[in-house]
Amino acid sequence: MRKKINQSLGFFFLSLAVTVTIFFLSVLLYFIFSRGFRIISWEFLTAVPRKAMTQGGVAPAIIGTLYLTLGAIIFSLPIGLACAIYLCEYTPKSFVVNIVRISINNLAGVPSVVFGLFGLAVFVKFLNFGVSILSGSLTLGIMVLPSIISAAQEALLAIPQSYREASLALGATKWQTIKKIVIPSALPGIMTGVILSIGRVAGETAPIMFTAATFYKRGYPKSIFDEVMALPYHIYALMTEGVHPAQQKDIAYGCAFILLIIVLVISAVAVIIRGVQRSKYGLQS
Amino acid sequence: MFKPKSRSIEKIYHWVFSLLAFTSLAFLVGIMLILFKEGLPIFKHVKLFSFVFGQAWYQTFDPPEYGILPLALASIMVTVGALFVCVPLGVGSALFLNELASYRVRSVLKPLIEILAGIPSIVYGFFGMVIVAPLLQETLNLPVGQTAFTGSLILGIMATPTVCSIAEDALGFVPKSFREASFAVGANRWQTLTKVVIPAAGSGISTAVILGMSRAVGETMTVLMVTGGAAVMPNSFSSFFAPVRPMTSTIAAEMGETVFGSAHYSALFAIGLILFFFTLLFNIAAELISRRFRVKLGIGR
Repeated sequence: MRKKINQSLGFFFLSLAVTVTIFFLSVLLYFIFSRGFRIISWEFLTAVPRKAMTQGGVAPAIIGTLYLTLGAIIFSLPIGLACAIYLCEYTPKSFVVNIVRISINNLAGVPSVVFGLFGLAVFVKFLNFGVSILSGSLTLGIMVLPSIISAAQEALLAIPQSYREASLALGATKWQTIKKIVIPSALPGIMTGVILSIGRVAGETAPIMFTAATFYKRGYPKSIFDEVMALPYHIYALMTEGVHPAQQKDIAYGCAFILLIIVLVISAVAVIIRGVQRSKYGLQS
Repeated sequence: MFKPKSRSIEKIYHWVFSLLAFTSLAFLVGIMLILFKEGLPIFKHVKLFSFVFGQAWYQTFDPPEYGILPLALASIMVTVGALFVCVPLGVGSALFLNELASYRVRSVLKPLIEILAGIPSIVYGFFGMVIVAPLLQETLNLPVGQTAFTGSLILGIMATPTVCSIAEDALGFVPKSFREASFAVGANRWQTLTKVVIPAAGSGISTAVILGMSRAVGETMTVLMVTGGAAVMPNSFSSFFAPVRPMTSTIAAEMGETVFGSAHYSALFAIGLILFFFTLLFNIAAELISRRFRVKLGIGR
């Protein structure tokens, strides 16, 4: 009898945990969506800010986030892919692979604000790129490198060994096999990882605070050496700077809404693609 | 078939890949070196002891004081508080998903939680600032709503999906035969869960907790927006309901106003260095524990 009571009690608490979690997150989504949705208009999405940030739109911030994200991916994708290929295709398990793997894991754990410090010291000051799209993209690119590598690794490991063996048996070299067989088959998986990383990069604030972002900029950036407005930083700045807190809060709701939509849609797409992909190779999701 | 040209191309690719494979290591070492280079000059102004154990952070005073103890204690306070939220919720949810949820519930909840893990920290910070902080201020009758408690709560909720995802993966690795053996000797589901499954997945679950903790320590925007930002020494339990200023938010809030190369600038980099080693420690611990876990359950990779 006690056995049964314990079990029901235990299961009750487990269900409670998941309910509370879902509840908290739904409340968050509800507030941002319901209040943000009212702010959104065509003008809000396409116009520049007017009247000391109290009117107009946030188009420059949306464009800025787009540039920074694109820059980060352009920088980190080739390096991340090469790294994953080396780890999966070239080296047998060894001391070297372990070192590289441990450093990837640790790089993934470095706090985002520390990446910001690194970007400030190296890109902004030492290489003299200034507070710019370039500095911000490079900083974000380094930050997102570990997740690109692990996503690409997962995609490469999912390719059955027989694909490679068949190619090698036909007389193809290692590189030919990788280029013609392994990468094309792993491409959907790699893309999923990249899309998930885009979602992460788009929402990051701390790394761009000192390296790329600015609260107010007249018009759109013209070169990669310009500083930019960015959605996540704009939310922070609206809440902490400026002289019209009440109106700025509404605009911040609008920005949070847009950012959330971008990030959630991107990661939902990636998670769905991955589900399809995994079932194709008969792996557990 | 093997023309000399294609063989040299093979070699070139091998070299390029092996070189690029080390970029992560290079960046990790680079970050450490930069933090040392920019951070160490602070010890020309302040002694190591009074930097680490100094009880006052008055960066704007003349002469300024750079004691990071209040900041470090604030970080610890907020992180421990967050653990009280994210461990029960995250691990509980993981157990629910693994043990109780039907296939259909699971196939909806698992991707959902994964997607929620991607909500940017700035959105949590904003939500905490405009909704949770005023609510807590009113219900708990506090002078300000932005406190260590608010920070812990928001950080905890934020880390929950991460902890849940990793813990769920660990539970998934427990072989079916473990459960079957337990059922065979007459244990019910709850006994099997607490006496067999959780101990077997224990180190995997600890890895999840450590990684959640590492995320909470390093989190910047959320704490910057919801903990209020007063760099005062916590002196009693009630400090938990007062504004604090953790290390990460100090860097984020003050870096904009420093002069390049000044003592204040170095002090902030030195804080970054401490954060870096803290999280490095957590990650290495997580790594060691999860390796033991894999060996125990005989999982490759």
